[in-house]
Amino acid sequence: MNSTFTLGLIGGAITLVVLFEMLRRQRLREKYAVIWVVVVAATLTLAIFPGLLSRAATALGVQVPANLLFFGAIMLLLVISIQLSYEIGRLEERTRTLAEEVALLRLQQESHRGDHPSHAPDAPDAPDGRGPHEVTEPPEEPGPTA
Amino acid sequence: MSERPDQRVLVVIPAWNEAGVIASTIAEIRAARPDVDILVVDDGSGDGTADAADAAGALVARLPYNLGVGGAMRTGYRYALREGYDVVVQIDADGQHDPLYLTELVTGLADADVVIGARFAGEGSYRASGPRRWAMWLLARVLSRLAGVRLTDVTSGFRAANRRAVTVFADHYPAEYLGDTVESLVIALRTGCSVQQLPVEMRPRTIGQASQSPLRATVYLARAVIALGLALVRRWPAATETLGQEKA
Repeated sequence: MNSTFTLGLIGGAITLVVLFEMLRRQRLREKYAVIWVVVVAATLTLAIFPGLLSRAATALGVQVPANLLFFGAIMLLLVISIQLSYEIGRLEERTRTLAEEVALLRLQQESHRGDHPSHAPDAPDAPDGRGPHEVTEPPEEPGPTA
Repeated sequence: MSERPDQRVLVVIPAWNEAGVIASTIAEIRAARPDVDILVVDDGSGDGTADAADAAGALVARLPYNLGVGGAMRTGYRYALREGYDVVVQIDADGQHDPLYLTELVTGLADADVVIGARFAGEGSYRASGPRRWAMWLLARVLSRLAGVRLTDVTSGFRAANRRAVTVFADHYPAEYLGDTVESLVIALRTGCSVQQLPVEMRPRTIGQASQSPLRATVYLARAVIALGLALVRRWPAATETLGQEKA
């Protein structure tokens, strides 16, 4: 039993435990866990069958098998980072839209209060959006419509 | 052609920490054009800009956190579209845009969908130098080509848009760097809107100065080139997820 085998096994086991625990506590969503489980599976496979790596290195003409491993690992991490950047960008676009919507809704709410002073006293002062939930829209202001 | 008397004009002022000048800017616009509605989009200010604008009698939309000019302006365009305004005029909060030109810009919409108030077009005394100047030259050159008319100041934040352009901007107004000025023009042109400019005189900023250090100007040049390049090759629209949310 060489040290590469032990290290691969321990690393894989720890990662699996952490992933499982995060999933159990709902701190990680399945769609993001899948990729890391695949990575762990690959790590364990290479730890148990080191011959696979040497054979792949020979086939690809890489003299030191470890270099192939490093290259593969770095490329994988790069791709995952790019994927995460993409996800963040998408989230930013969504939160931006929500922020704009919140601003417009607050403005709308305030203008309705201003238009109907009789409603103002029983409307609780709740700037965080827990105001009265009106099912029917108050009548629109008689402004010109285009 | 003169301005149609029945059209509703909304002035949108994106404001971030401008509590010191916002009231006088609003008062000036009111004095120049009492008939227009004024919407201040408070871009997550921490200095009471929104309250100052509210006290000055403007409509105020408060963004919960800072989004940049692009986010503030898209909020304004969405509001205008929903409330049925015909024209949106963007004016900076810091008082560098003279509201006396407001009517001219709106009148200019008879011939174009977007009218820019341009600093270098004859009037005024604004001068830039070094890399910043090259950046502005490059941006102006490329956008003029795209627009088919001569544009000299494409980064101006003083502009008017008609209903057609407002509809486009309500969905697509980039929040990224230079997106609110350069890329928005590219989007307008690529969706078939026409763009023109009118000469305006800019006043020195009441508070704050544009950065003029050589390093910053060079960074500005690089970012301008990148932003413009991306805007030109981007598969439009960039933000497909929010596409088509706004219906006129």
